[in-house]
Amino acid sequence: MIARLRAPGLHRGILAIPLGIGFAYALIIVIRAASGLGHIVDGTAILQVALISAPLAFLVGLGAFDYWFYWAAGRPTRPEDHSSHGAHSWKDYFRINTDHKVIGVQYTVHSFVYFLIGGMFAMLMRAQLAQPGGKFVDANTFNGLFSVHATLMIFLFIIPVFAGMANFVLPLMIGAPDMAFPRLNALSFWLLPIAGLMILGSFLAPGGSFASGWTAYAPLSTSAPIGQVFFTIGVQFAGASSIATALNFLVTIITMRAPGMSFFRMPLLVWANFSTSLLVVIATPFIAASQFLVLLDRALGFNFFNAGSGGDVLMYQHVFWFYSHPAVYIMILPGFGIISEILAVKARKPIFGYRMMAFSLLAIVVLGFTVWAHHMFTSGMPGWIRDPMMITTCIIAVPTGVKIFSWLATLWRGVLHMDTTMLWALGFISMFTLGGISGVMLAMVPFDLHVSKTYFIVAHIHYVLFGGSVFTIFAGVYYWFPKMTGRMIDERLGKWHFWTTLVTFNATFAPMHLIGIQGMPRRVADYSSQFATWNLIISISSFLLGLSTLIFVYNIVTSWRGGPRAVANPWRGLTLEWLVSSPPPIFNFDSMPTIVGGPYEYGVPGAVHAVFRDGAKVPTPAGDRLAVAQE
Amino acid sequence: MEGSHHETPDTPHRPPIQRALLVRLGAIGAVAAATGIVLGLLIHWFPPAAAKQAHPIDTLYNVLVITTVPIFVLVTSMVLFSAWRFRMRAGEERLDGPPIHGNTRLEVIWTALPATLLASLVVYAAIVLHDVGVKKPNELVVNVVGRQWEWSFGYPAYHDAQGQEIVAPELVLPVNRPVYFKINAVDVIHTFYVPAFRLQQDAVPGITTPLRATPDRIGSYPVICTQLCGYGHSTMRATLRIVSASTFQKWLALHGYAGATTAAAASVRRPAATSTPTALVAATGGSRTQTKEASQ
Repeated sequence: MIARLRAPGLHRGILAIPLGIGFAYALIIVIRAASGLGHIVDGTAILQVALISAPLAFLVGLGAFDYWFYWAAGRPTRPEDHSSHGAHSWKDYFRINTDHKVIGVQYTVHSFVYFLIGGMFAMLMRAQLAQPGGKFVDANTFNGLFSVHATLMIFLFIIPVFAGMANFVLPLMIGAPDMAFPRLNALSFWLLPIAGLMILGSFLAPGGSFASGWTAYAPLSTSAPIGQVFFTIGVQFAGASSIATALNFLVTIITMRAPGMSFFRMPLLVWANFSTSLLVVIATPFIAASQFLVLLDRALGFNFFNAGSGGDVLMYQHVFWFYSHPAVYIMILPGFGIISEILAVKARKPIFGYRMMAFSLLAIVVLGFTVWAHHMFTSGMPGWIRDPMMITTCIIAVPTGVKIFSWLATLWRGVLHMDTTMLWALGFISMFTLGGISGVMLAMVPFDLHVSKTYFIVAHIHYVLFGGSVFTIFAGVYYWFPKMTGRMIDERLGKWHFWTTLVTFNATFAPMHLIGIQGMPRRVADYSSQFATWNLIISISSFLLGLSTLIFVYNIVTSWRGGPRAVANPWRGLTLEWLVSSPPPIFNFDSMPTIVGGPYEYGVPGAVHAVFRDGAKVPTPAGDRLAVAQE
Repeated sequence: MEGSHHETPDTPHRPPIQRALLVRLGAIGAVAAATGIVLGLLIHWFPPAAAKQAHPIDTLYNVLVITTVPIFVLVTSMVLFSAWRFRMRAGEERLDGPPIHGNTRLEVIWTALPATLLASLVVYAAIVLHDVGVKKPNELVVNVVGRQWEWSFGYPAYHDAQGQEIVAPELVLPVNRPVYFKINAVDVIHTFYVPAFRLQQDAVPGITTPLRATPDRIGSYPVICTQLCGYGHSTMRATLRIVSASTFQKWLALHGYAGATTAAAASVRRPAATSTPTALVAATGGSRTQTKEASQ
């Protein structure tokens, strides 16, 4: 038992948490006593320090920094021997593992847990809003519910679930045995439960959870009860995880591609994650900065955002949106990659305009940094900034449009396999176009002046993040489920899931456009009775939308436990992940693949993307002809 | 750009795409787009408009519906058409589509066309934005102050007998006179939103933000705070009443306006704002009126 507690791992990590809290007590008591402040045991101050020190102590206990400690102390370090690779039972997913495939599953499943929790919060909100004058929760709880809902969905679901799926698939797709930094990869994952538990834990804070929205505008956030700090610090951990993973992806993609895989032979999912990772490493430090400024204002009275003491209230919004606008591309570009993979395979055609698809991703990366103030048209910033921001926002719609049209052209004359995966991909194209169109409308400043901060915004972001991102996530999960689990998923249930979600999703969010234009503000616990009918319809639809997700959960659980065994390449895909067994071998490739062609040569007789040197395996050719492995 | 279509004897031939089919597809798309536009314009989107600035914004929205709804309808039609026409049929399980890798002309067209459309929309919207914000002669200045969780409205051009600016918890404006709002907040950020004007402007601690509107329709309309501002955000409402010029003068007098010359006489009969005669308090359009006098 003692040995177990001394060895790096979850036990030692949990044991270290009280030490971190103890450190917080000691630090505050010493500082307050030394500076002659009254009551030396200040709960608020201790909590703020403990929220930082306890997670760090947990990570040290977990062994995240053992290598560096050993190295610094001159003790022999333990090089990564990959002995912990692979998962042999479900229990292995609860241990620290440096295998990208195990981490990918950990990431994905962990993210879906928060998807369900965040969805439950949404339904609690809709219960309150089912009729005007609702008494289901009080206003403070309601503000907390939508704040936590958005925070979980963004920082604990959409961003990490994409990182998780890419974690599993991307090294396979480029012919790498693992990510470039396996230990950093594990650390990235273990930062997420910290962030998630902290954000959920805010409900236990005195004064309730943080309730200033996921945007946490100052000075509302700098004057809010202590629950706000759970957001301020929790987001730092999620952000650190995001940055570490992005660096890992960038180095992996740049340095670990198989022989012959030039940049323009990479599958578009790899391009998409390359672009996303660029966005993350450049943009995410800005939200870290914005929250550090809030923390310093709260904890130490820096007055960054205190107008009465020379602070600048609008500065918070500029720094915040300089991250949070690129963040919407962080939340959709990987989805673009997933859709490109699926459409090529399921339509049995090459992606139309592959190079333009890659270039438009890069264009979005660059342009994504030029549009942040379109979230601030009504903020009181100098009026002239509205015009350039309106122009850049419209320009960024062009590469996005190019992608939509290229996907449509990919379908043209294809042989469309209308299975669950394809339904989600096609549903995505239609729903995301609607979200893109309302986005272009919002770019038009005079219209935005009317609907900014109304339900029109709620409708818009759910069409891009649910109809867009979440649809691609479902598509990706159905597509790679056989590869990730070695089991086939139930198609009939999958189709039920798609159709029920499509209908209830639209019934929930389409009417929000209308009540928004009619003047119903967002983020309100109560509303004028003129909106009663639509809100009741929206609430009922949202409950059905929640139920439709249960079909998915049931399907995943039962198929994972007892679905039919998956073959290596159930969809007859050309990309590398389909050339290895399902699930893949522990080190991905028993023999090294060589890339000999593009990733989407469907319809070209005998074309293959890769060959194996030893000729032991014959890859699936396009055009359904056996290829002769080339030497 | 078409490659040879590889077919083995046991895979069925796919009929080539006939010109007639393309024409039919175009016709279906046009009808669907037209239906979309008509539906978009038939929906009763907006609340009543009560300012000159509201009308160009409503027109802009209708133009946006006309230009963007067809894009959604056409994309969705293409998806549905492809799902119907190109779906895999029995016996096609091993068939691949033609290896079309791209078409430069098509790609240029679908980059340039949306870019042109967006450029014209931007120019149009920029003109509307400029027109909405343009300064007008004889503006009535109103100081709007947001605090948790109520609005107050000050009229710096009108003073009571003590020389104090007239301040009220309701916003009363004379019809057809341009108004210049100077907006402030004392605690956190609020947003001054009058749906009938189609205009929002944040009230930010530390700075004064401007907004211009010319009320043009007598009636009562809600004033809403749309920026999350804490516990009472949902109830941070006030009422806008647009009245005739003479009613406005009467209302000012009731609030202690001393007049340009006879300041002392009027101050004698200054009632509290809460006792405003009910005849002047019109229906509030579903909003919760703040009846508490705004403390200054």
